[in-house]
Amino acid sequence: MKIRRDVFQAIADPTRRAILLLVATQTMTAGAIAANFDTARPTVSKHLAILTECELLQPEQNGREIYYHLNPQKMKEVADFIEPFRKMWDARFNKLEAIMKNYKPNK
Amino acid sequence: MELKTKVNAEDGTQEIVVTRDFDLPVELLFKAHVDPEILGQWMGTKVLKMEGRPHGGYLLETTDGNGKVLFRANGVIHTFLPNSKIIRTFEMENAPIGVQLEVQTFERLTDNTSRFTGRTIYETVAYRDQVLKFGMEKGVNMAHDRLQTVVEKLK
Repeated sequence: MKIRRDVFQAIADPTRRAILLLVATQTMTAGAIAANFDTARPTVSKHLAILTECELLQPEQNGREIYYHLNPQKMKEVADFIEPFRKMWDARFNKLEAIMKNYKPNK
Repeated sequence: MELKTKVNAEDGTQEIVVTRDFDLPVELLFKAHVDPEILGQWMGTKVLKMEGRPHGGYLLETTDGNGKVLFRANGVIHTFLPNSKIIRTFEMENAPIGVQLEVQTFERLTDNTSRFTGRTIYETVAYRDQVLKFGMEKGVNMAHDRLQTVVEKLK
């Protein structure tokens, strides 16, 4: 299966956002990151692979361990890009409009 | 195609401005923002308190199927002008993004159309950027909750 990975797909997942928040404060090994989640280790590894693939995380080999740190450049691209935020509000407002079009006063 | 909802967040500012035109009279647009039941429906959260008056408070809460709190936010209303303007604070509990000031204006365009403008001012540029970066979180959580409700009905 071929999936094109972009940063917004990457941050659409709550676990991946939590990983980014963790690594934002300090460089961490995969094991240390996984220790913060109830999720199985291979699942966390998969999330790390996706975040690395879209360059939000940068892995760095240090002896036997791989340390992950945040790529601030890429995070800035996300910050500049307000489309997900806009879509969230657009969806809410569409719902508001639909509800009120069916609204019967004096019920 | 022109986008119905516009978001303006200039680099290096503490603001996010959301604008949307509705095919609704301004009275219904306003009502959707202050009626607890209706507000809860389109925001995807429960409105536990909504005191539509100056010095009034409001409280929003979303829980999962087991009653665990996923999202809780509260604020105080400073200005409450029906069909025209609300100024209020907004604070998401247990979220490191500070307190926000929200200025919401409701404008009549025609008898059956209206415009909403929501200007949110954050404590710092960093908090503002954080909300934009992780702005999808709430939306995704809401979608997840709905999915869960649907799935539970299938059981």
